[in-house]
Amino acid sequence: MSAPAIELKGISKSFGAVHANRDIDLTVEKGTIHGIIGENGAGKSTLMSILYGFYQADKGTIAVDGARVTIKDSDAAISLGIGMVHQHFMLVEPFTVLENVMLGAEGGALLNRGRAEARKELERLEKEYELNVDPDAIVGDLPVGIQQRVEILKALYRGAEILILDEPTGVLTPDEADHLFRILGQLRAQGKTVLLITHKLREIMAITDDVSVMRQGQMVASRHTAETSVEELAELMVGRRVLLRVEKGEANPGKVKLEVSGLNVVDELGVARVKEASLQVRAGEIVGIAGVSGNGQSELLEAIAGIGPITTGSVELFDIAGEPTPWRPRHGLGHVPEDRHKMGLVTKFLAKENAVLGYQREDEFGSGVMMDKGAVLETCKRHMEAFDVRPPDPNLKAANFSGGNQQKIVLAREIENDPDVLIVGQPTRGVDVGAIEAIHRRLIELRDAGKAILLVSVELDEIRALSDRIIVMFAGEIMGEVGPEATEREIGLLMSGVRDGAAA
Amino acid sequence: MLELLQVSNLDSTIRLATPLLLACLAGLYSERSGVFDIGLEGKILIAAFAGAAVGVTMGNAWIALGAAILTSVAFALIHGVACITFRGNQIVSGVAINFLALGLAAVIGNAMFQMGGRSPQLPNEARLQGGDRALFSWMEDLGPVGEAVHNLFFDQSIFVYLAFAAVPFTWWVLFRTRFGMRLRAVGENPAAVDTAGISVTGLRYRAVICAGILCGLSGATLSMALNSGYINNMSAGRGFIALAALIFAKWRPVQAMMACLLFAFLEASESRLQGKEVLGFEIPVQLVQALPYILVVVLLAGFIGQARAPKAGGVPYVKER
Repeated sequence: MSAPAIELKGISKSFGAVHANRDIDLTVEKGTIHGIIGENGAGKSTLMSILYGFYQADKGTIAVDGARVTIKDSDAAISLGIGMVHQHFMLVEPFTVLENVMLGAEGGALLNRGRAEARKELERLEKEYELNVDPDAIVGDLPVGIQQRVEILKALYRGAEILILDEPTGVLTPDEADHLFRILGQLRAQGKTVLLITHKLREIMAITDDVSVMRQGQMVASRHTAETSVEELAELMVGRRVLLRVEKGEANPGKVKLEVSGLNVVDELGVARVKEASLQVRAGEIVGIAGVSGNGQSELLEAIAGIGPITTGSVELFDIAGEPTPWRPRHGLGHVPEDRHKMGLVTKFLAKENAVLGYQREDEFGSGVMMDKGAVLETCKRHMEAFDVRPPDPNLKAANFSGGNQQKIVLAREIENDPDVLIVGQPTRGVDVGAIEAIHRRLIELRDAGKAILLVSVELDEIRALSDRIIVMFAGEIMGEVGPEATEREIGLLMSGVRDGAAA
Repeated sequence: MLELLQVSNLDSTIRLATPLLLACLAGLYSERSGVFDIGLEGKILIAAFAGAAVGVTMGNAWIALGAAILTSVAFALIHGVACITFRGNQIVSGVAINFLALGLAAVIGNAMFQMGGRSPQLPNEARLQGGDRALFSWMEDLGPVGEAVHNLFFDQSIFVYLAFAAVPFTWWVLFRTRFGMRLRAVGENPAAVDTAGISVTGLRYRAVICAGILCGLSGATLSMALNSGYINNMSAGRGFIALAALIFAKWRPVQAMMACLLFAFLEASESRLQGKEVLGFEIPVQLVQALPYILVVVLLAGFIGQARAPKAGGVPYVKER
């Protein structure tokens, strides 16, 4: 048996007081796809960054192909045959695919000769791995799925034998993800080693040969994928048993709290995004809006939240007595936006500042022009505890939290403010299993406390698990409404615009 | 109006375009690498001063030119250390460079020459003013056309030839060499360059040094070719006009040359338009002087489409977690 492609022993890395990696051992066999799974902030990305020379380990040794090495920068990693596909692509957008691939491996001071050689090699790689990328396309014009293939091409072009992919499917549609897995299969067939970092259990089960589980900076287990189960992995990740299904009782819908009637949204290009949408959300129920991303859910959500334009139609909120209340967002209406970076957070602000953002004028956070910093801090601490935000440091910039923990900060802010009506967009996008469970439970609790919740999500499983009624949108229109017991097929038909599907 | 197209006005245009073009290309190297350079003006000024001061004291044009370039490069490196190594704010650093240059030139100039900041006239051997008349003088005998060609193309200072040769050269460097490709890449996405195993810092320093050399030539043009000696604040906003031309040209070399020629044409026409009447109205001098600026605002506001700056411009590179 040949030496393992990668062997890590006793790797430790700290950032200040935070132990990102603690005494990690990892063996990756040649020619396999090895999954590394763990919650957000478990230290997966740090470990891979050490392997790619972005950071130096404080302690521990690295062996590649059986030989001990030190990887002091990316250049060293590349020459050892390690390539990385970063979560945020490292591409120069105005450049062509060819230029991006050549960057750093131009083959001489002048570009002409290298360009011809690169083109030949690129065409060979493309054919071999079914990458389907036009070398002369401008990268910025390509969809993300193809940009990711350019990243893979870059690594292969540099002669990568070991390919690290950091959360590769986070930005992909299911189709693109399937194509990626086919490519990874090809790579394995050619004898390459693939390290796949993810927090999605489905992917691990679908494609990997071996899997290692990380939790809070430590490597807690390694398994052959064939000999483990989703349940076991989930438990290892979170450190306790996880309910993959949401347990909830019957809903007790009360009075109507939110009513949307005849809502139309036409964007600046004159395209109708939402057509004649009418819906009601009652106290004590969760209404889910299902649909393939881009079918008007976002525009509907924004219109209801008061941050997007309404062309015609109305959105009304009702108070406890059932009387219409004046339209006052932040007073009784909580909104978790779909895109936390663009709308949910100011990433350059501290966590505690983000924790009160939008509510900063409330009396509890100070009077007059001065803010009560103590109250802000206390609020943030409370939120962090309630939602298990890691690290629980109110004085850390929002940008320095992992995606899932950022999401928890936003959710905590909107939920803990005790809204009457909560509208939630993609509550668990980029969030790990343990946190998903907690977020789902919190939403159910809120429902049982008599709040009205409108949920938009592209995860059909999530919609089905949480909603008491499911509204399906297609091309800006509400296609129909089904109960939570509807099958995936029924909903799927509605999502693709077939109206009779619900009756069939 | 036709007199604006006279040979003498076109000749002025070419000569006035030279320092602008050199400065504009300087900005192009720097900004393509992601380092905004508000300090072009300061570097031009200090180079003009250094060229004049060394020219007066040493009496040798080439030593003076070398001094101008070295001084400008030194100032460029100050900008580099502040913005690249210490990741300071590029605009603030650029403004500081401008003040530093203005102040230092005045103080040192006064200490050296006691002429209120001016330098004495450069001796003839320290000037780089004209072409070699002897070599091409036969053209002047070929009638008015020959004379015009001679005056426009064969009787210019060395800076004119350098500046206009730098245009295709810069294009070639940017789009046909490895250095140029990396330079463009680092201005767009330094993280991509870093992960490809190339030093972001090294690339940006080289770009900033290129800017220093070109600003040095631009300053030397002012004090050693267009004038002979240093006058207080003689750069007179050319660094800023060059920046406007750079945006106007969307950071591309050939278009930069066009923009600089246009601005230089307006500047050259200034004196000829003074006191002229159009439709019975006398054109105010102030309007003529303001024309380049008005033009920039109007053109940028709608006529050239979106000018997209290098994406990483102005942002110091910090490795992300």
